[in-house]
Amino acid sequence: MPFSDEALTRLRADAAEITGRYPRARSALLPLLHLVQSEEGYVSDDGIVFCAEVLGLSETEVRGVTSFYTMYKDHPVGEYQLGVCTNTLCAIMGGDEIYAALAEHLGADPHADDEHHDILSPDGKVGVERVECNAACDYAPVIMVNWEFFDNQTPDSARKLVDDLRAGNDVRPTRGPNRLCTWKQAARILAGFGDGQAAEGPSAGPASLVGLELAKEHGWTAPEPAGGGTK
Amino acid sequence: MTDMLTPVLTAHWDEPDSFMLSRYEQDGGYQGLRKALAMQPDDVIAAVKTSVLRGRGGAGFPTGVKWSFIPQGDGKPHYLTVNADESEPGTCKDVPLMMATPHTLIEGAIITCYAIRAGHAFIYVRGEVLQVVRRLQLAVAQAYEAGYLGKNILGSGFDLDIIVHPGAGAYICGEETALLTSLEGYRGLPRNRPPFPAVEGLYASPTVINNVESIASVPSIMTDGADWFAGLGTEKSKGFGIFSLSGHVTHPGQYEAPLGITLRELLDLAGGIRGGHRLKFWTPGGSSTPLLTDAHLDVPLDFESVAAAGSMLGTRALQIFDETTCVVRAALRWTEFYQHESCGKCTPCREGSYWMVRTIERIEQGTGTDEDLETILDVGDNIIGRAFCALGDAVPVPISSAIQYFRDEIIQHQKEGGCPFDPAATTLWAAGR
Repeated sequence: MPFSDEALTRLRADAAEITGRYPRARSALLPLLHLVQSEEGYVSDDGIVFCAEVLGLSETEVRGVTSFYTMYKDHPVGEYQLGVCTNTLCAIMGGDEIYAALAEHLGADPHADDEHHDILSPDGKVGVERVECNAACDYAPVIMVNWEFFDNQTPDSARKLVDDLRAGNDVRPTRGPNRLCTWKQAARILAGFGDGQAAEGPSAGPASLVGLELAKEHGWTAPEPAGGGTK
Repeated sequence: MTDMLTPVLTAHWDEPDSFMLSRYEQDGGYQGLRKALAMQPDDVIAAVKTSVLRGRGGAGFPTGVKWSFIPQGDGKPHYLTVNADESEPGTCKDVPLMMATPHTLIEGAIITCYAIRAGHAFIYVRGEVLQVVRRLQLAVAQAYEAGYLGKNILGSGFDLDIIVHPGAGAYICGEETALLTSLEGYRGLPRNRPPFPAVEGLYASPTVINNVESIASVPSIMTDGADWFAGLGTEKSKGFGIFSLSGHVTHPGQYEAPLGITLRELLDLAGGIRGGHRLKFWTPGGSSTPLLTDAHLDVPLDFESVAAAGSMLGTRALQIFDETTCVVRAALRWTEFYQHESCGKCTPCREGSYWMVRTIERIEQGTGTDEDLETILDVGDNIIGRAFCALGDAVPVPISSAIQYFRDEIIQHQKEGGCPFDPAATTLWAAGR
């Protein structure tokens, strides 16, 4: 559906702010695509036309960029999009079983497609896909929901997570804000428009701190600089 | 004698507000910047050279030398691009750093830009870590408000803007030239070198690209001195680094130590391999570094020693696998990853990764043939050195090193007509079984 006049006015103002950040306007294409994804939940044909107009590019040029990056969706996805890490480390720690459990839980065939194939709950609320390594290997197996961390998952915790999301229950990321934002809101943050939740949640999770805690326990520190440091 | 662990970058991660500017300043933050601004830019470069800080993104190129390649007085704008696209399988150090103490990175970036005379810095952060993106955005906003960014920083006459630029899901954009192409608003395809980014980088202008941990190490070099930094580590691998242990260890997590610590020492700290099991294989620095085994427990984890052992230090991403793990399953999944992430620009990587996956799949399913191992090694030889960038070079690494150390186990799949391992035995919740 084409953007309404109201939406276009709003998007144009946001787009001007985004392009203004960069020395050259074309660098704004990735955040602009996050912006149009925040409007519709995916990058639609209208979203592509919008980005092309803002930057004076052809639709083909924009489409060529969009299709390269896995975070841009070309079809509607869940309001809450789960990414189960099934790269080697997480897979071996249980990510494969978690993905299979969620597929079964949502009535899908976990072996239907070996590629990064989406499963969508019948109510359209929750999507499930496999993702590659998300830089949280010390918390394996990991699930991302709208790109927030859910650490140390099991098949049981993953099924409960899906049920809670579908029921609209309060769900908190392990390392993230107090409230999980929607897929569209997440895309808006990626476009550079914060939601004021940066200061919520922990500085670090337990695994991030194991070395530091051990050092404190043993009184281990980096050596003092000669003549005393300023830190 | 230096202590076993030396928290510098991680020293304040346990403070509940460690990501806030006020806390960072109370902990001594932005003193390194004040010190740098009182120096000549060339002297800052010289100090980082003296520290022998080597790139923490995997390649280990000396950071100060990289900075000195930027031509000065050339009339062109200069740029700093921080590679915060942490995506190498197993690597999980930059994301907790940016979540806990983003100002360490911001301060390091400002010092770097002052040294190389750059007026713009970009933090190219992977998009799939929302709270990290929020924390970076907050830190940059706070730094502007406090006068650490913008015009005439701390009255020095130096101007700088920092832009947080979230990516959109493409491992290849961690490759430095692909990162630049992506940052210019295109598909993330790598570029030919030369020209190197120091001469023609972002917008064909001189550009430094450094990893998060490299840049975050710079403030401590300013405050505590280049000699202090160079006093840690081994002869040619100076300083400290974050070692990330994951997988079948009792306490996975981040351990900051001088370069040169061994896996045996790290495993002792981490409570050893999970109960009742033993080490089978591990990666020293992510999936692109050849596997090592229990024969390598005492290899000092520095650039030279790990290379001498036939692998690479990489990003110090120590993925640990015990004897329940099938090496074919592990190698296949990594190879599938490379196939998925190959940008498709060059034939050896695009086609080679595709056929590599098909052949390893056949082996895993027990329908491999006697020639398959030789085919894999041959295909691998034809990718390495012939691909456009390092992603291609990495494609054959997991399976080639698996063949080197576990040839019999791989052949066993064919003999038994399938995988002899129980995948359920590897999981986190199988630990107590």
